[in-house]
Amino acid sequence: MKNRFLSTLLLLVLLALTATINTYANVWNSPHHADKVKQDILFSSFSAPPKHLDPVISYSSNEWSIISQIYEPPLQYNYLKRPYELEPLTLTTMPSVRYLDAENNEVDKASTAVVYSEYRLTLRNDIRYQNHPAFVKNNDGSLLYGDLSADTLDTINHLDDFPQTASRSLHAADYEYAIKRMAVRQNHSPILGSMLPYIVGLEDYSKTITDFAKAHKEKKQAFDLRPHAISGVKVVNEHTLTIKIKGRYPQFLYWLTMNFFAPIPWEADLFYQQAGLIKKNLTLDFFPVGTGPYTLVENNPNKQMRLLANPNYHDAFYPSITTEQAAATAIPVELLADAGKKLPFISEVIYSLEKENIPLWNKFLQGYYDASGISSEAFDQAVQVSSAGTMGLTQEMQDKGIQLRGSVKPTIFYMAFNMVDKVIGGYSESAKKMRQAISIALNEEEYISIFTNERGIAAQGPIPPSIFGYEEGEAGTNNVVYNWQQGKRIRKPLADAKRLLAEAGYPNGISASTGKPLVLHYDTTATGPDDRAIMDWQRKQFNKLGIQLVIRATDYNRFQDKIRKGKTQVFSWGWNADYPDPENFLFLLYGGNAAVTTNGSGINSSNYQNPEFDRLFNEIKTMENTPVRAEKIKQMLAIVRQDAPWVWGFHPKSLSLFHRWFHNVWPNEMANNALKYRRIDGEQRAQQQQQWNQPVIWPLILFVLFIIFMIYPLFRAYRARQTTVISNNQQGNR
Amino acid sequence: MFAYIIRRLLYAIPILIGVNLITFLLFFMVNTPDDMARAQLGAKQVTPELIQSWKVKRGYDKPLFINIQADGTLATLTQTLFVQESLKLFAFEFGASDAGRDIGSDIKQRMWPSLELALPTFIIALITNISLALLLVLFRGSALDTSMMVIAVMIMSISGLFYIIAGQVVFSKLWHWVPISGFETGWGGIKFIILPVLLGVFAGLGAGVRWYRSIFLEQINQDYVRTARAKGLSELKVLFGHVLRNGMLPILTGVVVVIPTLFMGSLIMESFFGIPGLGSYTIDAINSQDFAIVKAMVFLGAVLYIIGLILTDISYTLFDPRVKLS
Repeated sequence: MKNRFLSTLLLLVLLALTATINTYANVWNSPHHADKVKQDILFSSFSAPPKHLDPVISYSSNEWSIISQIYEPPLQYNYLKRPYELEPLTLTTMPSVRYLDAENNEVDKASTAVVYSEYRLTLRNDIRYQNHPAFVKNNDGSLLYGDLSADTLDTINHLDDFPQTASRSLHAADYEYAIKRMAVRQNHSPILGSMLPYIVGLEDYSKTITDFAKAHKEKKQAFDLRPHAISGVKVVNEHTLTIKIKGRYPQFLYWLTMNFFAPIPWEADLFYQQAGLIKKNLTLDFFPVGTGPYTLVENNPNKQMRLLANPNYHDAFYPSITTEQAAATAIPVELLADAGKKLPFISEVIYSLEKENIPLWNKFLQGYYDASGISSEAFDQAVQVSSAGTMGLTQEMQDKGIQLRGSVKPTIFYMAFNMVDKVIGGYSESAKKMRQAISIALNEEEYISIFTNERGIAAQGPIPPSIFGYEEGEAGTNNVVYNWQQGKRIRKPLADAKRLLAEAGYPNGISASTGKPLVLHYDTTATGPDDRAIMDWQRKQFNKLGIQLVIRATDYNRFQDKIRKGKTQVFSWGWNADYPDPENFLFLLYGGNAAVTTNGSGINSSNYQNPEFDRLFNEIKTMENTPVRAEKIKQMLAIVRQDAPWVWGFHPKSLSLFHRWFHNVWPNEMANNALKYRRIDGEQRAQQQQQWNQPVIWPLILFVLFIIFMIYPLFRAYRARQTTVISNNQQGNR
Repeated sequence: MFAYIIRRLLYAIPILIGVNLITFLLFFMVNTPDDMARAQLGAKQVTPELIQSWKVKRGYDKPLFINIQADGTLATLTQTLFVQESLKLFAFEFGASDAGRDIGSDIKQRMWPSLELALPTFIIALITNISLALLLVLFRGSALDTSMMVIAVMIMSISGLFYIIAGQVVFSKLWHWVPISGFETGWGGIKFIILPVLLGVFAGLGAGVRWYRSIFLEQINQDYVRTARAKGLSELKVLFGHVLRNGMLPILTGVVVVIPTLFMGSLIMESFFGIPGLGSYTIDAINSQDFAIVKAMVFLGAVLYIIGLILTDISYTLFDPRVKLS
């Protein structure tokens, strides 16, 4: 009787468990709802919660991967074309530029009298914002929800709690408003410092508006930026805006692709300034208001962020390119299949927080995430590198139909020498030869092979591939470090490095004058157990020349402080492109940006200063991409290769894996708004998930049987024990 | 008892001031406000003006403990970062994080997922550990007792991280029973919680069973147990009716103090299973140098611990009539 009761109970528990689990996707381990798996929903992840979603502040890639789907700056990068090409996003055409002299008379582009450039932006008239309570207005035009009472606020915990929402069309004034917000120093826009020297009137405006904002914030009053104008930014009409720039600055167009220049409706700014909403974390920094293809409907950075397709999104179509262009950039044919179709394809995106690599990777393999990067732990399981150095998928990945795409990132990781250091710095022949010797000895190809799983290419200078000025082949080879032999770059032999070091006055790493060994100090933030192998490798490279490398491990704050004050000898650092222009890399070596001469604010952390290089930089920084510019860049590269202020390091490759049901994945390192081009086949995904995740039942049955069989002998043992005690007592009594 | 509680609460004030003082000292020994600003503002395009503006906005431009520029002796002490921020904490005004989010809202939002994981783990572990300990006491000295003690030591000796990874691989990856990670509120969230709860229970099994077993073994040879047996009670009634009740006092010492801190969550479990609780909140804040969160969480942890201690004292009076709080 008891056994029957126990069995029935266990069966009921199992049934209840199965019923709970079976509510999702007919597989037990699915983290998603079954009905969502079959839809065109993208399941993705984020490892660190984004700190800012306000386009005026946000400057991190994990933040931009969200807000670039919501906001629309005036321009964007063409998704498919390489080299990267700008195209209008909210504009009817690319901005027209007028060149003006000091008296604002139009002059020829090539004229030496050019003092200003005026960019004219003409907006499309079919663009509307997402629905939002900020746009709901009273009859007098004031915001219905602009001054919420305490009672109303009690009922509001989320934007969905507002009974009404509305939309309106995009105006040129919204772009002006975004620039005005950038000027408010309390908003901490990271690019204000970069824009102040260029946008006419921005500096004066910034001073005035910052004081104005300060006075209002002290009184806890909302402030409206509309009545205050920037002299260089003019709204010509509802759909036309002009921005006046000091001098020539062709890179300004690249800035117009960034979210800092995304439109901000004044209604949203005023709406979100209400203290009651700020207290509930309902701010523009957490709930963006844009015109883009998606809207953020859930922002729980501790768990999940959810984007929904914007029902008000304007007409936008998948790009088409010619077959010649496709062939030139090696674009797979399937990426052209959706050309001309209306965007976006994906209706919803669910980003889930995944802090650890192991669950993330396993969920991808189970089909619960549609795409994944490749962590170093998972690399061998996912990728095999042939003897020729080409990468391919392992059989396991191929069997699952997983696909691999990769590209070289517009990034450089380098080892820098502090050029103001007495030992390793300076511009004498001996100092140059010492740095050149180290550059040869430090085998970047070996580093890439050991520590990055071949995910990188050795750099030949500061400019990465796909940026104007980068050259392939012999022309792009750094002749200081490599020889060009039989159509290949071959690192110079160690003997050459030893000879250079001897000529520098340190034969075998020993000072010819003092007889003491050459000791260099390497500052690094790599303090974890995994970094030890890298540090050992670095020591070994220097040791090949007889140089003793002393590792000075430090935290990132102290490290930055040392760099700013020029208190380092050797250190490693990196740079990721803001925009695909050589100026954005060459300025890292421009003397005017040296950290020690700019009170630590300069970006030139190696403090390199070469007058000829600086002169050429000043010429190329505002030039169009012409053969003349290419030639000057070539000269600059020749100079820095000889001076060797950096060991040029490597440009990393990004690799991504994606399932067969995820379409139109094409790496574009500059475009952050690529989500709208992607497509999902939900039916195929659901089928594969079913196939890959059938529960294995036998261990469960075995476990239940084990428990049942354990209880019975224990019960017997207990009974026996009780009986034995009584029996002994009885015997004792006799 | 009321007077005792009031007195204990008043004692808590200097303790909390001390905790705050140590938090401020330790944090600012490692980080400067400039470092904090840089961590929040990012690596690119950070100018000294931007850093200064950030500090002013959040009050980090004030001196830490003594403001020699303030007017008046009192103001020298009060117009400081320590006093200004500490006063807000005592009013439970946690303010905004350095990244701009309201900390109070975040805590309210995050503590429930923590509790969803911690409470079942705590209750199931307590019942399992006590039941198994009583079972071993029942079969004390037998092969079962010896082998279970060996297994308990083995369980204790292995890192909790191993159980998490092994559990995820076996139960989710190989057998496909439960999701590998994730979280959902309501009944639908049970499948996400099953594995972390069971692993949490299992990881604590070794230490728990050994501890409770030693408590019960201390009781099992007492005179009252012999008397109970002499009266003809079954071994089960002796164990559950007498040994367990008398063993409750030392158990309460360790258990009640933990209850308020259940809200604080578990760092590793929450991180590996993607549970949006408070466990990783403090660690994330330390990593991102967000002092506003760090001080709020340390203060909250101290308050909850003090509440736990007071609850422990009160619970003594409930289980042992000899104890009187005065």
